[in-house]
Amino acid sequence: MGAYIVRRLWQMLPTMLGVILLVFFLFNWVGGDPAYVLAGKISNQEQIDNIRRQLGVDQPYWVQLGIFIKQVVTADFGASWSTNERVSHILMTRLGPSLTVVVPLVILATLISIGLALAVAYVRGSLTDRMVMIVCTVGLSVSILVYIIVFQYVFAYKLGWFPVQGWGDGFLENLFVYASLPILIGLVVSIAPELRLYRTFVLDEIYQDYVRTARAKGVSENRIMWIHVLRNASIPIITNLMAGIPGLLLGSFLIERFFSIPGIGREVILAVERSDFPVIKAITVYVAFATIATNLLADLTYKAVDPRVQLK
Amino acid sequence: MATDIAALRDRAPPLVREIPHTVSPGLWVLAWRRLKSDRVGMVSLVIVAAFIVMMILSGAGLIAGDWNREVGINYAPPSFAEEAAPATPGAGTQGPALTEIAPTTPEYHSNVVDPIGDVIEKLREGGAVQPPAASGAPAAPSTPAAPAAEEKSVDPLADVMADIRAGKSAAAQAKPEERKATLPFGGDKWGRDVLKKTIKGSETSIFVGLAAAAVATFLGTVFGAFAGYYGRWVDDFFNWFYSVFNSIPYLLLILAVAAVLQQKGMLTIILILGLTGWTGVFRLIRAEYLKHKSREYVQAADAIGASNGRRMFIHIFPNISHVVLVQLSILVVGFIKAEVILSFLGFGVPVDVVSWGSMLNEAQNELILGKWWQLVAATIAMATLVTAFSLFTDSLRDALDPKLKGRAGA
Repeated sequence: MGAYIVRRLWQMLPTMLGVILLVFFLFNWVGGDPAYVLAGKISNQEQIDNIRRQLGVDQPYWVQLGIFIKQVVTADFGASWSTNERVSHILMTRLGPSLTVVVPLVILATLISIGLALAVAYVRGSLTDRMVMIVCTVGLSVSILVYIIVFQYVFAYKLGWFPVQGWGDGFLENLFVYASLPILIGLVVSIAPELRLYRTFVLDEIYQDYVRTARAKGVSENRIMWIHVLRNASIPIITNLMAGIPGLLLGSFLIERFFSIPGIGREVILAVERSDFPVIKAITVYVAFATIATNLLADLTYKAVDPRVQLK
Repeated sequence: MATDIAALRDRAPPLVREIPHTVSPGLWVLAWRRLKSDRVGMVSLVIVAAFIVMMILSGAGLIAGDWNREVGINYAPPSFAEEAAPATPGAGTQGPALTEIAPTTPEYHSNVVDPIGDVIEKLREGGAVQPPAASGAPAAPSTPAAPAAEEKSVDPLADVMADIRAGKSAAAQAKPEERKATLPFGGDKWGRDVLKKTIKGSETSIFVGLAAAAVATFLGTVFGAFAGYYGRWVDDFFNWFYSVFNSIPYLLLILAVAAVLQQKGMLTIILILGLTGWTGVFRLIRAEYLKHKSREYVQAADAIGASNGRRMFIHIFPNISHVVLVQLSILVVGFIKAEVILSFLGFGVPVDVVSWGSMLNEAQNELILGKWWQLVAATIAMATLVTAFSLFTDSLRDALDPKLKGRAGA
């Protein structure tokens, strides 16, 4: 087990280096000279030369790459180009609000989707099953933008059940006052695809021989579905869930933008709008690292869930 | 002549006559037969085809070419909701009654303008009572009248100026008279026809979706073919490339590329989506090539001296093209959704191009004013296409690979 983790960590290095190279290539090469972006339109050659020296862009490419790797390792990306706030500080302060929305959202969405998937798969082929699937398919085809616009208008603006937007200071206030409508929208958007997917995972298991055996020896239907089937269906569910978590952190960026929640996602959009390269670079690299780490975590969870899994 | 051949064939021995019938149907013929018997698949295919025909017609300028013309009054309500319109007096110039009064009021003012203040006061009161239909309107015409009076006391040419202004405003007001009070599916802020905007927006969104999916599928197929066919270090390299792209969340990667490529345009967004979206295709195609490269027909191709490239793309590719087609179809839906989000955020299509995303962006503010039609139009158009396309993709997959039937969910 220990050897496995060490080897996996070792194997992560080339991918991480690849992410760094890709981001470096994008921002220092494809985008042209970053000094021109930072200097803006009104600038003379002298200013640009100054900025180039500050950013180290006048150095050869491999020195610039060295600077960038050092930035990544020390988590010091300098200051934001637009607000002059430290990038590390931006990341730390924006993480909290994002997690306040995402963690309850993931937990609720997963529990509800699994429960519904088991129920719908149990009555597979029935009218209920087909209706639920049709609702999911149609619901999936409506853009998340429409859900946000309509829900915000109806529940916050018209009915006044929730604040239209904003963010407070206290954690509980944020969670129950400001984050509740965003979480509700997130649930509506994420349950439809998850339910569809989990239903197929459950259906793959429901025809297996062990289910028949369990039924034959008189195990209750509830126990069959929740213990026997769910445990076996949980591997693809975990893969899917883990793979989606880092994306969810950003996936809620539209929600954060609409509800003015000062999270990572909103920061990305602001940074893209302002061409604030250090912030985008830092978020891209670290979210990618988080993804790589969750992939390893997912593999380790398999082992915990299913003893048959051999970690090689 | 034709009958001669038919007669000849009839007289031919039975074996010869049977030959055309013994040709066994290929994959595509069988798939088409299966698809034809799938009612949901056929209905969704017809809807998707209708959207694509609409896209081509609109792209050729045959329909909705004049979507940018301001044909209706501002925020013209949809024709089917006409009764509801006067009940919601919005900003400035709205409602059918207003277009009739508007040209007369400024003229009235400028002719009777007098240095004496009392008259103006009376005039204002009169103006305020005159149009009973719309109470918000007189505030607008009466304000320009006051500065005109002040000007007259200083400037001797004020009369002339006022006449010119009156003429000008009359001319300006003459245009709205041609504007329609209602439009089939309403009008936007500038009175442009929402129905035409939706058609034009469909053209943009579908074209971007199709083109980006083509780019991504092409990249994924070529990479996957090389990785799966050559194996060894080529495989290692492409796998590394894949894991790098796959470890950056898709939307974040798109936004990062959008931040770097400063110029906006259709081509830019197609490239962004295409260059970032190839990973899923790559994974599947690589697995297919791994499976096929050691099959007997490929060995046979090797034996007759087919080059590597020929084996990869002439021999193997047709055998896996159905996987490519299904992936292409899946990507189109994803890219249409992504384009809508990008355009909504303003990182997508340029300002002079309408897309469902930019329509939703406008609709967001209109909804607060109670103008729901642009939101509904864009949503319905998008939901219809995306639902049809997803259902069609499911049917296509079932038709091409019957073993998978029922596993895809709906």
